[in-house]
Amino acid sequence: MPARLRRTLLATAMAATLVAAAACGGADDDQQSASGPVTLVVKTFSQFGYDALYKQYEASHPGVTIKEDNIGKLGDYSPKLQQWMTAGSGAGDVVALEEGIISQYVAKPDKFVNLLDKGADALKPDYLDWKWNQALTADGKTLIGLGTDIGAQGMCYRKDLFAQAGLPTDREQVGALWPTWDAYLATGKRFLIANTGAKFYDSSSGMYQNILMQQGDHTYYDKANTFVADSNPAVRSAYDQTVGMIQAGLSADLDQYSPQWNAGFKKGTFATIACPSWMLATIQKQAGPENAGKWDVAKVPGNGAVRGGSFLAVPKQSKHQDQAVELVKFLTSAKGQIGAFQAKGNFPSSPQAIDDPVVQGLTNAYFGNAPVGKIFGASAKAVKPVYLGPANVAIGDRFTNALLAVEQGKLPPAEAWSKAIDEAKRLVK
Amino acid sequence: MVTQQRPRAAVKPPAPPRPRERGSLLSRWDLKASPYLYISPFFLLFAVFGLFPLLYTAWVSLHNWDLGGDGGFIGLDNYATLFGDPDFWNAVVNTLGMLVLATVPQLLLAMVVAALLNQQLRARLLLRMGVLLPIVTSVAAVGIVFSQIFDRDAGMVNGLLHLVGVSPIDWRADKWSSWIAISTMVDWRWTGYNSLIYLAAMQSIPRELYEAATVDGASKIRQFRSITVPMIRPAIVFTVIMSTIAGMQLFTEPLIFGQGTYAISGGSLRQFQTVSMYMFEKAFRDADLGYGSAIAWMIFLLITILAVINFLVTRRSAK
Repeated sequence: MPARLRRTLLATAMAATLVAAAACGGADDDQQSASGPVTLVVKTFSQFGYDALYKQYEASHPGVTIKEDNIGKLGDYSPKLQQWMTAGSGAGDVVALEEGIISQYVAKPDKFVNLLDKGADALKPDYLDWKWNQALTADGKTLIGLGTDIGAQGMCYRKDLFAQAGLPTDREQVGALWPTWDAYLATGKRFLIANTGAKFYDSSSGMYQNILMQQGDHTYYDKANTFVADSNPAVRSAYDQTVGMIQAGLSADLDQYSPQWNAGFKKGTFATIACPSWMLATIQKQAGPENAGKWDVAKVPGNGAVRGGSFLAVPKQSKHQDQAVELVKFLTSAKGQIGAFQAKGNFPSSPQAIDDPVVQGLTNAYFGNAPVGKIFGASAKAVKPVYLGPANVAIGDRFTNALLAVEQGKLPPAEAWSKAIDEAKRLVK
Repeated sequence: MVTQQRPRAAVKPPAPPRPRERGSLLSRWDLKASPYLYISPFFLLFAVFGLFPLLYTAWVSLHNWDLGGDGGFIGLDNYATLFGDPDFWNAVVNTLGMLVLATVPQLLLAMVVAALLNQQLRARLLLRMGVLLPIVTSVAAVGIVFSQIFDRDAGMVNGLLHLVGVSPIDWRADKWSSWIAISTMVDWRWTGYNSLIYLAAMQSIPRELYEAATVDGASKIRQFRSITVPMIRPAIVFTVIMSTIAGMQLFTEPLIFGQGTYAISGGSLRQFQTVSMYMFEKAFRDADLGYGSAIAWMIFLLITILAVINFLVTRRSAK
């Protein structure tokens, strides 16, 4: 019966935020002049690895105290963020925006401080071009956030399964097996013939997103925010390539983050998985120590790839906008990104940080000492910028669900495609 | 001489001088107002956390309200769209389907369990408390455990089916299979709760009725049908309405069963998406708060309609 409470709770939350909004005029009692002591509230999800950086910043900026308010899961964080932004209060001074979330807000930039007004244009060379552009409005006049990490992507694979299938196991040679996705498909077919009992990859949604993001330029929307998913050949081609891999029987048909998927790492039910840098920790945790040394990382098919990654932004509702912008600049600087990378392995989005020996020299013992810093760095730099429109995540959900229905054998690919297009159109209205 | 001896109206003794005018006024107010004051906490809380959100949701539902906040008054547009939205009706059908699939066996089973618990048993109290245990478990835990039981590759149900030669079922891929899996979770949690309600009602049935029936030679089953069920009818009406309300708001079980990153859609083709899930998806995944509010109000209306139907049907059958 907690389900019964859910609607009431939602409504209550909306009401509460409204009340808070009404009250917020005089609520902020630590409002101070720019020079006085301030507390900056930073809202994050998951792990940003900023603890040490906060201490550094506090030491060099007397009078500034930083309080991080962390919400574990992105799924829980993003509705809360929506409430704060809609209600005009609660968002604190700095908010973390994930790649998927930021595209919604870039379409409505008025809720955030325009960082271009705060001298951010001088920092442009400190970020990868496409990362910078993701936080920039289509007219190029407003920048709502600065990049933190990126999910630079590689292809993780099981050496023991590759050996059983008579494929090379050395990461250079494995990477050479798949310069393109077609080559990856061909390798997958070779793998299946060997009949190891495992499928070639875990889930089609990951592959689809990967291929789509490599097509470059734009996906479901053009740069004027017009819906073009049905006419953009890039989307169709990513979809068709994924369907091709499903039809070849490559997919283990495991929904990512489901218990079967988790168990799949341990049982070795799939041989490869497209792995953003943050995924390595997941693999290591799920596959467990008994599988140490079986996994390795190679380059991803095509020209690099990224999936996920975040930004820091300052909401207009912040009472200490200038101090908050300073903090954002510090945390997202090359130095800050290296610090976060050392703390939690979040891969930097700053070319200077990527080229830093600390990052370049990183290897991962669990993955056979793979030089992950080099592999992910090369992947990140090879990626072409992609423009993501406002409802990008919601539309993407429709397409991955269509692919899942194809995987389950519930719809033929053509029907699933038109269903996804229909749903997406209704969504955009 | 007839004297009409009507009792003389007693002369009111002069009122004792009121020591303090204000004090008496207060005590009069006290008499009149304090009962309202005592019951006010509920109504105040209800106004703040029940009525206000309800009305505010209605207000939002009349607007084009998204991430940027109020995008203008659009009247009943959201509702008009909703009526033509196949995903919404799909969610309604799913919710009603699972409601029937979960409630009917649940209440029948609860009745049987209650009848059994009403017997002279050893460790009766322990058994009675035992049936309540499932409710103590968190829904999330139930969802996770049952998701594994109904797992496609390594699930216990498919394992058992394999023993009798049935090929494994992808429980999430079809409507019927996912509905069964989710209804099982609901049944597991709520059967005990309902049977305790029935048990309480059964306890109030006079023993003599059963004794007389036994003397007349009625079997236990006959007694159950002709005495027990009619006597606990008010409890049945209550549980039917409560289960309907809960069933219309089914959310957590299908959400956890769905798994994955886009679980809120309830399967690849929305096989088991309930109305509450659809509301959440529109409001918080697609950031269309106005539309989400319209769905919330439709849930409210649907529950009201169903409750009334339930009430009428059960009252009619009582006659």
